[in-house]
Amino acid sequence: MSMINMTLIIDASYFLAAILFIYGLKRMGSPMTARGGIVWAGAGMLLATVVTFLFPGMSNYLLMIVAIGLGGIIAWISGKKVAMTDMPQMIALYNGMGGGAAAAIAAVELYSGKDHGLTFGILAVLGGFIGAVSFSGSLVAFAKLQGFKNTTLRFKGQQILNLVILLGTLIMGAIVIAQPDMGNNISIFFILALALGITMTVPIGGADMPVVISLYNAFTGLAVAFEGFVQQNPAMIIAGTVVGAAGSLLTQLMAKAMNRSLANVLFSGFGETVSGEGSEVSGSMKPIDATDVGVMMAFANKVLIIPGYGMAVAQAQHKVWELTKLLIDRDVDVKFAIHPVAGRMPGHMNVLLAEAGVPYDIIYDQDEINSEFESADVALIIGANDVVNPVARTDPSSPIYGMPILNADYAKNVIVIKRGQGAGFSGIENALFFLDQTRMLYGDGQEMASELIQAVKSL
Amino acid sequence: MDQIIQIDGFIALYIFMLAGFVGHEIIGKVPAILHTPLMSGSNFIHGIVLVGAMVALGRAATPLEQTIGFIGVFLGAGNAVGGYVVTERMLEMFKSSKDKKS
Repeated sequence: MSMINMTLIIDASYFLAAILFIYGLKRMGSPMTARGGIVWAGAGMLLATVVTFLFPGMSNYLLMIVAIGLGGIIAWISGKKVAMTDMPQMIALYNGMGGGAAAAIAAVELYSGKDHGLTFGILAVLGGFIGAVSFSGSLVAFAKLQGFKNTTLRFKGQQILNLVILLGTLIMGAIVIAQPDMGNNISIFFILALALGITMTVPIGGADMPVVISLYNAFTGLAVAFEGFVQQNPAMIIAGTVVGAAGSLLTQLMAKAMNRSLANVLFSGFGETVSGEGSEVSGSMKPIDATDVGVMMAFANKVLIIPGYGMAVAQAQHKVWELTKLLIDRDVDVKFAIHPVAGRMPGHMNVLLAEAGVPYDIIYDQDEINSEFESADVALIIGANDVVNPVARTDPSSPIYGMPILNADYAKNVIVIKRGQGAGFSGIENALFFLDQTRMLYGDGQEMASELIQAVKSL
Repeated sequence: MDQIIQIDGFIALYIFMLAGFVGHEIIGKVPAILHTPLMSGSNFIHGIVLVGAMVALGRAATPLEQTIGFIGVFLGAGNAVGGYVVTERMLEMFKSSKDKKS
């Protein structure tokens, strides 16, 4: 086959791959078609990877195959094994790998000493910078969520240190662009960029990590697009840019759902913003036992269940679904109400419920369900706390004031399954627990769900 | 590379602009329940970086370039394969009450 035909096949395949990526991503945007979407995108990836072996003027094929095999097998096994609750950190890990790969492309291009011209020099350096930050930053995020490194390190002058490293990296980057043949400068540039990713991410708390992971996802996309320009590879340019834009928007949506601005997430820790204690809550928490709750729910018309990350930690979602099925069989209208940040990231709770077998058409977003609480007989809260705290609506002195919440306090009866009497993740007392219509069902989420199942069954 | 059309200057900007809008539009109308799978799915799609890393390694001449290229391909393959596996696992669980009989 002649060289021209070869490049034609490669170009056509990349074109097809770009179409498949966009089509696949589009299909992933609806629960009905989402499962097919990833398969379409996967076909595009496979096609693009296979034709790349035909690329003219390449060598090192053995190294290439070994690297693909190693990386692919390790990722395959870890991806298959990971528990659904640990999904966020695996996304961080794989995203970091992508950022690292983009930085590696930049490094090979720069170390090769080829004269790329000013535009491509700038793009190679920018892509390498963003990719390296995404690589080391994502690894820190992974380590934090995985529990390898729980401590959130903060010290005075941290922002100034980050700024100094950022400026240093940019200056080194400019020097690399101006004098492309200095290997040591390139090394210093990459070391600084990697250091920046670490120092940027270390002070950010675990609760904000999803926003940060999403941000680094967008970063990697952008880095891939820049390196795509350098290598004149349209598939990389288009896929990278689409992800860069989609990821940026997703990051904003997540930050908004958490009632934080992106700048707030990056430049201040959550602990620091919680300085005001909020007003004192008066009244008392009134306990109830499972038998009474079982009766209450079995004879209700409408029950809304509000699950939180605590439910997932207690592995109670299967029992909760079993309970739901019993209630549905008794013609009770049961719906799940999901706060945007339930779980560890937006949509994570839906995944956890789906894993337990809950069909997505009885799972509702906050906006869809909030008007229904007034007509609900029972709101059952399991493992959620701050997202149902009415002080977010009423008390301007509270740190969570202004955060959108689920209107559980409008329901006729509120049942809270909770381990003990402690405050929520943010350390704020929950006024909902002290309302007249609220009863506390103390105990482990899974055990209490089992007791409720028994209570409903025995009726 | 003997390509007929160079992707630079305004052609590059046009591609960048249009692809950016596509990404924005795709995510804009998506319900929050799919945000995590979508983040994972877009994470998979930038796994296309594998292709670039393969070309970089394929053209690497010195041991240093080969080493970095090897690491790049390793990381890119991890991104693509890992991204696919976790996304597929997550989306596999999205079933409606009509087809959950299994």
